[in-house]
Amino acid sequence: MLYGFSPPTRGKLHIFGMNINTHFRRIKARIGVCQQENTLDPDLSVEQNLHVFAGYFLIPKKEAAERTRELLDFFALSHKKDSKVMELSGGMARRLILARSLINRPELLILDEPTTGLDPQSRHQVWEKLEELKKTGLTVVITTHYMEEASRLCDRLVIMDHGEILVDGSPEDLIDRYAGKNIIEIEGPDQALIEYVKEHAIEHDDLGRRLILYEPEGKGLNNTIRERFCNEKCIYRNSTLEDVFLRLTGRELRE
Amino acid sequence: MIDPSLFSLRFLRVWERNLVVYKKIWKVNFLTPLLEPLFYILAFGLGFSGLIGNVKYGGVDLSYTEFIAPALIATAVMWNAFFETTYASFVRMYYQKTFDGMLATPLSLEEIIIAEIAWSATKSVGAATIMLTVLGLMGFVQFPVGLLLIPLAFFGGLAFGAIGMFFTGIIPTIDMFNLPIFLFITPMFLFSGTFFPVSNLPVWAQPVALAFPLYHLAELARLFSIGTNEISPIISIGYLTAFFLFFTNLALGAMRKRLIQ
Repeated sequence: MLYGFSPPTRGKLHIFGMNINTHFRRIKARIGVCQQENTLDPDLSVEQNLHVFAGYFLIPKKEAAERTRELLDFFALSHKKDSKVMELSGGMARRLILARSLINRPELLILDEPTTGLDPQSRHQVWEKLEELKKTGLTVVITTHYMEEASRLCDRLVIMDHGEILVDGSPEDLIDRYAGKNIIEIEGPDQALIEYVKEHAIEHDDLGRRLILYEPEGKGLNNTIRERFCNEKCIYRNSTLEDVFLRLTGRELRE
Repeated sequence: MIDPSLFSLRFLRVWERNLVVYKKIWKVNFLTPLLEPLFYILAFGLGFSGLIGNVKYGGVDLSYTEFIAPALIATAVMWNAFFETTYASFVRMYYQKTFDGMLATPLSLEEIIIAEIAWSATKSVGAATIMLTVLGLMGFVQFPVGLLLIPLAFFGGLAFGAIGMFFTGIIPTIDMFNLPIFLFITPMFLFSGTFFPVSNLPVWAQPVALAFPLYHLAELARLFSIGTNEISPIISIGYLTAFFLFFTNLALGAMRKRLIQ
């Protein structure tokens, strides 16, 4: 909806203070979009993909050639400039899509699951590039299912479920608020532990075979559990955004 | 009615994209229009004309090859434009997601579709120009009036490109293009006064032939290459213009329904 792909069904949508219905051209000239699907043009070479795309923004040819060179350089794709898009690895294709979304020097960059399906090396490379872009003052809107990605890249984040905003805040803030400081996961909890947890009103999720305890900072719960209740396997770890997400949206599958 | 602000010259950039791609493969593509008229002229002219003698058309006596030569250009215009906005556009739209990428830019969907139709007409011009050269050298086209076949190819290409684009907008899978080709293009190819004059058809079938856009294109092609035709060129030009506008409008509606969720 943000980049005008689906018209709003209800309400109003404004970007840069302009209505997307009436000013789609002026808005789209100022945003960069990195779609989830690979929409690179397989009939064109790597370089032509950027160059031709610049044409859709009416960027003059000379300027387009210059920006193409810069972006290929920035995304470490210069050596592939004459390759076919089909020959690129997943990571390179993703970088090229990112490069393409920057061809119009956008003020707002919209990324739809930018690292889905990438290997860890490529993913980290994409993250580094995005962090560099962030430093230049570019506003980036990113949608992702990877909580690690969200914690690392986002200053402000919104968790949504079934089209509703559940929470809104910085990653650290959300973790503090909804998952405490530490997590203790206990496999095969016994009755004594369950009663202990209830008695002390400790925040928890009971998954049957597995009990998850959310510990606010410095309660010493950790030691008590370790000494008294750890029968099979216990995991002590810091809370993450993934815990927040699962607590807020529930654990059942979404299919 | 479609909002006129959705159209601008920006569509030329999409047209240009297709040109960039075509420049890589033109050497293969240009063989067909070069060889096709030669094959037809050889097959029909040498093999066939001995059996049928001359054709009476528009009050003139024409050899069979003279009669079909201009129609060959018209059919090439049809095939080139129709194949471009059906198979080729469908691949770009459905498999390559090329239109999705374009829609993230200030281009409107309408501009993309218009550009595709204009490009298909451009391919018709390419094919027609090569055929015109071949047939001209063989003496089947009068010059300089024959040069009018070049703009005519673009004009005719728009009409066939538009209806092709309409089918692309509504067809569920690429295999199903067989249907419009078998039910619409092939009968049109055969019965539009291309290989025999429409006046040879039974009286009841003649109006059907007159409804075919290829009939009007072949008529105009004959007028421009040998100076003879059956019906007023005004009617043919009017019919093709209306056909183009009608199907462009339908194509835009169908593509909007298909691509904008």
